[in-house]
Amino acid sequence: MNWNSASEFFAMGGYALYVWSSFGVCAVAFVVEPLLVRQRHTQVVRNLRRQAAAEQMEMENT
Amino acid sequence: MSAQLTTNWFKFASPRDFYPLAGKLIPLFWALTAIFGVAGLWLGFFVAPTDATQGEGYRIIFIHVPTSWMSMFIYMVMAGWAAMGLSLNARLSSMMAQALAPTGALMAFLSLWTGAFWGKPMWGAWWVWDARLTSELILFFLYLGFIALQASIDDPRRADKAGAILALVGVVNVPIIYFSVTWWNTLHQGSSLSMTKSPSMAMTMLWGMLLMALCLWMYSIAVALTRVRAIVLEREAHTDWVKQLQEVKP
Repeated sequence: MNWNSASEFFAMGGYALYVWSSFGVCAVAFVVEPLLVRQRHTQVVRNLRRQAAAEQMEMENT
Repeated sequence: MSAQLTTNWFKFASPRDFYPLAGKLIPLFWALTAIFGVAGLWLGFFVAPTDATQGEGYRIIFIHVPTSWMSMFIYMVMAGWAAMGLSLNARLSSMMAQALAPTGALMAFLSLWTGAFWGKPMWGAWWVWDARLTSELILFFLYLGFIALQASIDDPRRADKAGAILALVGVVNVPIIYFSVTWWNTLHQGSSLSMTKSPSMAMTMLWGMLLMALCLWMYSIAVALTRVRAIVLEREAHTDWVKQLQEVKP
């Protein structure tokens, strides 16, 4: 084990700014990208469903 | 037997058969992402020893090298799918290329970002116009160019073709990035992994890096499959099979 305490771990031997800026931004990116992609999928499904509902209504009215 | 296997595989070249298959595979790739990620981070932060010259600052390697590898690898895969879409006129292949581009661009950006945060403490500069850094920046712009070009053409089939040509021309940049550290004098350190020499770093460092690379690999597949499913629905919206999908029924 490299670390004697949690504060030593977060200090990263004086490189905290650089190490945590690198890993932090990557972590945010890897959370946000899947959320955006999933949102895109939900959006398409919602549009298609609306379209199908509209077509069904049209059929019932004629 | 083998003929049957072949037909089974080609079946998934049609968006209709691929769409549900991708849906089933996505959770599997997320699980693998988590497993490799936890293992890689644990090795990288708790097992790998402190570096003799760079102290703890070197631990950026565990995210910098995997994102850089993925940025190059995704580009090759993207160009491969684009070429297949172009030559076989297979629309799912072009959709795959389109689905990979944003993730590849993200990897290239993160490679540059983590590189800057590594360069600053070690070289004293966030950025230098060095062969390795500049060619990686060009890769990032190639991704953005591919995305922008496809977005600017209304007809999706024409957009696929234009994008494929751009992607294929850009392939020449990938070996340039890879060999830039040997071809030119550079601040950037040499390859982390060599095909010809035995690894010079501690085994735990190497394994941490490889596990993180596997994690990002699985991540990229999971995200690209999710994105390609959205693209399939967007582009096949007019077809009967999409209208028959259970999730699309009103």
